[in-house]
Amino acid sequence: MVNGLNLLFQFLDSFAFIVLAAAGLAIIFGIMGVINLAHGEFIMVGAYATTLANVRLGLPLPVAMLAGVLVSAVFGLVVERVIISGAVPNAVSRRTLGRDIVEPLYDRLADSMVATWGLSLIMVQGVRLTLGNSLDQIGTPLGKLAYGGFSYPTYRVLLAGVAVCVLALTYYVFTRTEYGMRARATIQNKPIASALGVDTERTYMTTFAIGSGVAGLTGALYAPTITMVPSLGGAFLVEAFVAVVVGGPSVVLGTALAGGLLGSINALISNLVGTFFGRIALLVTAILMIRFLPEGITGYVEHVRERRKEGA
Amino acid sequence: MVANTTDGAGSADAGGPMDALRRRIEGPNTVGNSRGFWIGFTVAVASLVAYPLAVGSYQASRFSLFLVYAFLGLSLSVVWGYAGVLSFGQVVFFGIAGYTFGIVSVNFATPLGITAAFLLGVMGSALVAAVLGYFMFYGGVRDVYVTIITLVSTLVLHTFMAQTAGDEWTIGTAALGGFNGMPTIPTLALGVGGAAFTFDSVTFYYFVLALLIATYLGLRAVVNSDYGRVMVAVREDEDRTRMFGYDVKRTKLAVFTLGGALAGLSGVLYASWGNYVSPQVFELAFASLPVIWVSVGGRKTLLGAVVATVGIEFVRNSLGGEWAFIAVGSLLLVFVLGLPGGIVPWIHRAYVDARGDATASNPPEAETVEVSD
Repeated sequence: MVNGLNLLFQFLDSFAFIVLAAAGLAIIFGIMGVINLAHGEFIMVGAYATTLANVRLGLPLPVAMLAGVLVSAVFGLVVERVIISGAVPNAVSRRTLGRDIVEPLYDRLADSMVATWGLSLIMVQGVRLTLGNSLDQIGTPLGKLAYGGFSYPTYRVLLAGVAVCVLALTYYVFTRTEYGMRARATIQNKPIASALGVDTERTYMTTFAIGSGVAGLTGALYAPTITMVPSLGGAFLVEAFVAVVVGGPSVVLGTALAGGLLGSINALISNLVGTFFGRIALLVTAILMIRFLPEGITGYVEHVRERRKEGA
Repeated sequence: MVANTTDGAGSADAGGPMDALRRRIEGPNTVGNSRGFWIGFTVAVASLVAYPLAVGSYQASRFSLFLVYAFLGLSLSVVWGYAGVLSFGQVVFFGIAGYTFGIVSVNFATPLGITAAFLLGVMGSALVAAVLGYFMFYGGVRDVYVTIITLVSTLVLHTFMAQTAGDEWTIGTAALGGFNGMPTIPTLALGVGGAAFTFDSVTFYYFVLALLIATYLGLRAVVNSDYGRVMVAVREDEDRTRMFGYDVKRTKLAVFTLGGALAGLSGVLYASWGNYVSPQVFELAFASLPVIWVSVGGRKTLLGAVVATVGIEFVRNSLGGEWAFIAVGSLLLVFVLGLPGGIVPWIHRAYVDARGDATASNPPEAETVEVSD
């Protein structure tokens, strides 16, 4: 029984980690067709902002977390304008050279990967140069849950609940708000959406800011539990990436299912064989999923549903 | 695309063995088909040959690492620039070859054993590339999903090799060593018994340089052959190429395997250069370097891959740790955003425009716009 509880907590932990790591990336990839390899660094911005606000400015933890979210959302907005859409360099070059010099990275998957990788290198090293190799850390709040001879940090269990809330909120924003409708119209058919009066440029901008904000939230939430080093984003990037690919085109459902599947595989193998192999199992699952279900879980569900419709 | 027309190679006059050779390695798929280019090429090679004499053996040995990396750059240029398969995992083959070379040569530390290790390393990585390529291309994995699978493969190997510290991971007398890697790999030697030759710093430099020039010219012949045209056709439009009756999957598999062998060659040379290989070669930071080199140099040119690899590594190495990554990251951003074709095609176009006679050389790459579907 105790072992079952161990497994459950480990599952909740992996699930929360995967879902929270992936959510921001899924939003940006699903709507803009931009693979953001600097995603981990957006999480790092959130975590650093939270830690700095809490430790150096002395703000209470929830307020510091909010600051982390805001800082990374604003940062995402700047990155979108300067690099992803190229609006800022183009505005400058139109003044000086009379022409655009940068093409937007929307839907240029390979190029967006390469460009954001460059950004991530700059960010990691930039933070290392300005803030040093590590920061003082916030202590993990809320104590421990004790059961039998074991105990588990309450905070980490709480994160699973937060992960579900983030998914629910994302679902609400994309299905029930006017912005969500515009965003979905832009994914489905950009020219028609803009012909119908959707400002797609602005939708992209908002989407990137929201995605970055969610990444920042992940960083803020994990700030008390991980070591504050400039390269902390790397640990999130892989899981996020894998979850997005395994999940497929539907942002919310895909992320939830991928988190469930990969989380249980990771928890199970980690428990049985060891952490290293848990991670390897997770990665190998991802490779097999891409090979056999290239559209991801939700893409496959969609496919089966269409088949049924044709059959009926 | 205009870049695929065949009338560009007409600069060489008929007759003479030199011209016959030039016809084979010149064509629309490479830059540098003019007499001027070959004069420049000869000057560059001559100065590389003279380099160790000018700077001494320590600097030459340091520089030979950049030449070793150039094979890795070339491997990605062939796979990505010519066949359109963006692989983030060339370091997989690089690392596997390095480890294979290490394991075999530590166990059989005679010249014959090291020669065998050299060949096994290259063949092993080609085999792994063939298996991975078969798994992907014949399974219908395309575009960015190939990139992601290769990226995840490097992470699998990184995680796996990092946990090989224990005694159960000793193969023969070679311990894999976990995070610390394998520190006692012998220096490269080729031959049998008394007829063997060991490559230390300066001779290693000349060996790598000769191998690199041969590989570069050989690859030029490949990409300008009919097969090279099919590769480029696959890059430009897979579906259309298939409609014309070409086996797209087999082409991609063949090119991917060739790329694996080249990356493996680089890995073997790397392991014997530093007498060392560790899981660091599977790290994301290292995995991204080939992408950076090739993007900056111009992925559709072999020359760009070599020049950018050697140039960037030289600068990165000279700058040293702190600012190197910022410089490299900025380079990458600037090139992807402002000059998506890379630096060598850009110089080439400027050169052709300046000379004003487009007939003497092949038509410049018409567009840098990728078909991104």
